[in-house]
Amino acid sequence: MPEFTMPSLGADMDEGKVQEWLVKPGDQVHRGDIVAVVETAKAAIEVECFANGVIETLLAEPGQVVPVGGPLAVIAPVGAFVESPPEVTHLPESPAASRAAEPSPPGAAVVMAPPPPAPLPRVSSPLVRHLAEEMGVDLASVRGTGRAKAITRADVEEAARRGTRPRVSPLARRLAAELGVDLRDVAGTGAHGTIRAEDVRHTVQATAAPGAAVRPEPAASPRAVPSAEPTEPSAAVPSESAAPPTAARGERATDRQAAMRRAIGRLMARSKREIPHYYLSTTIDMAPAMTWLHALNRQLPVSGRLVPAALLLKATALAARDVPELNGFWVDDGFVPGPAVHLGIAISLRGGGLVTPALHDAADLELSELMARMRDLVGRARAGRLRGSELTDATITVTNLGDQGIESVTGVIFPPQVALVGFGKVVERPWAVGGLLGVRPVVTVTVSADHRATDGYTGGRFLDMISRLLQEPEDL
Amino acid sequence: MTPDQARDIIIDALHQVAPEIDIDMVKGDAEFRDSVELDSLDFLNFVELVSKRSGVRIDEDDYPELATVDSCVDFLAGKA
Repeated sequence: MPEFTMPSLGADMDEGKVQEWLVKPGDQVHRGDIVAVVETAKAAIEVECFANGVIETLLAEPGQVVPVGGPLAVIAPVGAFVESPPEVTHLPESPAASRAAEPSPPGAAVVMAPPPPAPLPRVSSPLVRHLAEEMGVDLASVRGTGRAKAITRADVEEAARRGTRPRVSPLARRLAAELGVDLRDVAGTGAHGTIRAEDVRHTVQATAAPGAAVRPEPAASPRAVPSAEPTEPSAAVPSESAAPPTAARGERATDRQAAMRRAIGRLMARSKREIPHYYLSTTIDMAPAMTWLHALNRQLPVSGRLVPAALLLKATALAARDVPELNGFWVDDGFVPGPAVHLGIAISLRGGGLVTPALHDAADLELSELMARMRDLVGRARAGRLRGSELTDATITVTNLGDQGIESVTGVIFPPQVALVGFGKVVERPWAVGGLLGVRPVVTVTVSADHRATDGYTGGRFLDMISRLLQEPEDL
Repeated sequence: MTPDQARDIIIDALHQVAPEIDIDMVKGDAEFRDSVELDSLDFLNFVELVSKRSGVRIDEDDYPELATVDSCVDFLAGKA
């Protein structure tokens, strides 16, 4: 049975926290569907499914920390269910699914031993099933305590008493964690009573009166242990969220900062330890590109305008396609070319740190499309809503510190990639053209490349290609 | 448009583009692209919001006039 495992969302990641499942047992999934939200040191990542099939069992609870490669769910190939025991096949959910939402025992949430093969729990009688229907209990969320883990009448009643887990939007969940709001206190107004961010804000406003009761901070709440009762809606929220809002927010932000620094530190140290970098740089006349861009933007509404970075990225992507030796990965003492040019873009996050999501197939995008995708990517990176594939697929990365007024940047390669391109600010400088001195906008581009994969000659060809492409911006 | 209306639009747009900044800390005569760390995409978002809400067309040539909150207010109030 195919297992869906914690993906490696970047070479610097070794574990991730399941923040939320967007599917439940019995759901059909297709390759590329977003099935879960995983929190890494850097951001909340929407994780895509890599197979077609039906979710059979969810093996990790929200709040659980799972190492890369650790099991998250079992996905049955489509059609596998015909083999299920006949007495339960008419259930909407797979029989094995009834184990799905089985809460881990308190304290076990961070222990990552792979679970034993799921025994096929079942419903002991049609009466129980009927009862579940009447009480509105989803059998998939019930833990069987009967013989052979069968679900008994008592189990269903217990489940009904506890109530089902409310639906919560990811933003609402995050907001609640940040503001220290207990999701049980929030009335959902979305579809099927889904709790939306708006609802959380309302709850905060409603309880913001001076002296409003704040849930006391649990004594010595260890950071890594999620709320002890996994069936509670707040299970996905780290326990410190119960602390007074300001304290919780501060502590959380600091933790996150520290975790991100550690992640970046590990990756960059590995890069400098393992990769023999060489560096080349050149200054490019940007007059044709800037003139062309300016004329184009004059005809466009603000929403359609391009920024110079879009031209720089497109030129880089095309050059990477023409010099494929720099577009790919160094794996096991050999170079593996990238399947396409997926341009990693270094995006600084407000409040510190950076992420480098990939702009897929950048060399094939029209400039306007590339611009739109770049805006979308930056927006989602800062909002913490990137997809797993965006964090893993980059074949070459670009860093652009021009907005800060930096003139040149000599970057550190993101392993296992083999090149990193840095652009500085487009600045006006005295420039000799055709024997005359004039003032032109220029930009300094630098490539840091892995000497194991290429030699300086290749890097030089690459920079020259970028420069030439930027002289004919209308062809980009 | 009165200067006050213009200022509201500017402040709203800044707040939306960079929600984490404390608007009260942004001085009227300070170049906010630096002080609140807007990159070129943020600035484009800002221009888009201001243009949409004020109904004023803003060209790239106008960008130098949008350097500070005060200069933005003058620009908008002078146009609409």
